[in-house]
Amino acid sequence: MNESAYVIVIVALIGGALRVSTPFMFVALGECLTEKSGRVNLGLEGTLVLGAMTSYAISYNSGSPWLGVLAAGCAGSVLGAMHGYICKLPKVNDIAVGIAMMLFGTGVAFFFGKPYIQPSAPQLGSFSLGAWTGNKEIATALQINPLLIVGILVGLAMAWAFANTKWGLIVRMTGDSAPAAKAMGVSVDLVRFLSTTAGGFLAGVGGAFLSLYYPGSWNQGLSSGQGLMAVALVIFARWSPIRCVIAALLFGAAGAIGPALQSVGITQGYYFFNAAPYILTLFIMIASAGSKRAARDVPGELSITK
Amino acid sequence: MADIAEPLHPTAITSNRMGDLSIRLRRGAEYVVIPLLALGITAVLFSILLLALGKSPAEFFQLVERGGFGTSFSLQNTLQRSSPLILTALCVALPARIGLVIIGGEGALVLGGFASAVVAIPLVVGHAPPLLTLCLMALTGMLIGGFWIGIVGYLRYARGVNETISSLLMTYIGIAIMNFFVEGSLRDLTNPNKPSTMPIGDAYMVGHMPGTDVHWGLLTGVVLAIALYILLSRTTFGFAVRVAGGNARAALAQGLPVGKLIIICCAIAGACAGLAGFFEVAAIQGRANASLAAGYGYTGILVSFLARHNPLAIIPVAILFGGIVASGGLIERRMGLPDATVLVLQGMTFVVLLMSETLYGRFKIFQVHGAADRT
Repeated sequence: MNESAYVIVIVALIGGALRVSTPFMFVALGECLTEKSGRVNLGLEGTLVLGAMTSYAISYNSGSPWLGVLAAGCAGSVLGAMHGYICKLPKVNDIAVGIAMMLFGTGVAFFFGKPYIQPSAPQLGSFSLGAWTGNKEIATALQINPLLIVGILVGLAMAWAFANTKWGLIVRMTGDSAPAAKAMGVSVDLVRFLSTTAGGFLAGVGGAFLSLYYPGSWNQGLSSGQGLMAVALVIFARWSPIRCVIAALLFGAAGAIGPALQSVGITQGYYFFNAAPYILTLFIMIASAGSKRAARDVPGELSITK
Repeated sequence: MADIAEPLHPTAITSNRMGDLSIRLRRGAEYVVIPLLALGITAVLFSILLLALGKSPAEFFQLVERGGFGTSFSLQNTLQRSSPLILTALCVALPARIGLVIIGGEGALVLGGFASAVVAIPLVVGHAPPLLTLCLMALTGMLIGGFWIGIVGYLRYARGVNETISSLLMTYIGIAIMNFFVEGSLRDLTNPNKPSTMPIGDAYMVGHMPGTDVHWGLLTGVVLAIALYILLSRTTFGFAVRVAGGNARAALAQGLPVGKLIIICCAIAGACAGLAGFFEVAAIQGRANASLAAGYGYTGILVSFLARHNPLAIIPVAILFGGIVASGGLIERRMGLPDATVLVLQGMTFVVLLMSETLYGRFKIFQVHGAADRT
């Protein structure tokens, strides 16, 4: 590999971080909100896929990709609300429900999405961060989508809201100690229901990014585990929205390793590089599980770390 | 969620044998009636979905009956498909009894099948005896599958890594490993159509059980399910597993080697899924390729939950879902429904089933006198 190849790879990695990270970011922020309220939603993988399908279908039929994004969020909130409602029932395990919702969401998306595999829907626009360099390759690699900005803003807003607003306090309290929340007259079930629904909305929007921007088409292999990795990422980010955003960018770069190396002609081990995000997630889980800092930051009511 | 057989209430122990039996039946009935109720509700909901799409539910259920169970051919096809379902469901059930939710059976199946296909290559080239080859293949599949899920168990015990997420990640990694080799160094270059390993050849395939068109995997699955049932309910090991699943801290306080138990359970579970992969290679496909990842591992999760992680109950549930999977193609063609129809039905069943968990202990009829206060 000569020097210019390194540059191409590094630019591709940064570009990848900017491009691939958005769905991770939205799902991780959604899961962060849900987990802060003391509940786990493993089903966000299904939500992501359903969001991708819905936005693609709506964008195709209405001609407006942003309407598609909204529809994806709504579809995601429906799944989130279902999860929130079911977990409210006594004796129901939220992790098992998450697995079921994952299968259900994916199934529904594939079921209704079949007619949309062929046609191409209007895509979301983008602008370039690298236009000032005048270098065409860099300009193309550093294209970013407005949804990335939205994601970062949502992350900042969430971090601010958790720390400074009454609602943020209520969500954190519900997540840390249900008895305390009850004593304060807060309805634990309602807070968790709303958090799960809002989390589902965010994950659905993340799905819209997949089908309407990058990779920018709808098919059954669109997500393959990104929703799940985002859930793992929340543990790594220790339930901080800001760290969720940073971790998502890191994951985006990891996901871009395979295509980046391929673009400079290294095709050996393509499948391994494609597996890089999964392996990275696993190592991150191994490294962050059981750490003292994670134990300190974890919402007390969470079942996933017990 | 892994329900432990509840200890008999003192009144039950002192009562006579007949009374004892009726109490056990009544308790057991709850575990049969509520899942059946969930299945019924799913059928109704799914019918409503079909009606909304302008399709006939009656036709759907007729097609499931015909495509899955109606003729001798379809029944054999169903049994053929229920064999991997039994094995992958066991991969969920055993860890569930010790309190772990493992959903990575698909990965263990794929890697187990792949490993057994690889180990067969030199043996087939060297004209080794078929029986020996098959035994070695099965053993390899089980070892690799067991190792794969064993890692998940180890990470859970040693590092506290959430086993549900890690097992699914391992599935993606496992499929990537197989694709890497199948499209690379181990690809059979004489087969231009689909990247696969070298075929093991007809002489080395697992045959059918006498008088049927069903391969031996079904019998193996049934025998293993019964064996694991006995292991769980009649041995010290099984008792220790159930104690650890009920309350890990109490088990530790009793001096039970919880970590070892977790890893052993996961390894046995993975071995079951690996064996399913072996049968898919040695009895159906004849080689390892991407069609190994056919979703049996995911359907197995549902089967195990529906059977309440009871190895014996897994057998009939697996046959039911084997039939639904088998009739998928027929439904697709006759009713013009997408191939994901079966997936929607499975997801719906799963969601309704978990909702029905809340009903346990709510019906007076199943409650034995004096036990109603137990939740």
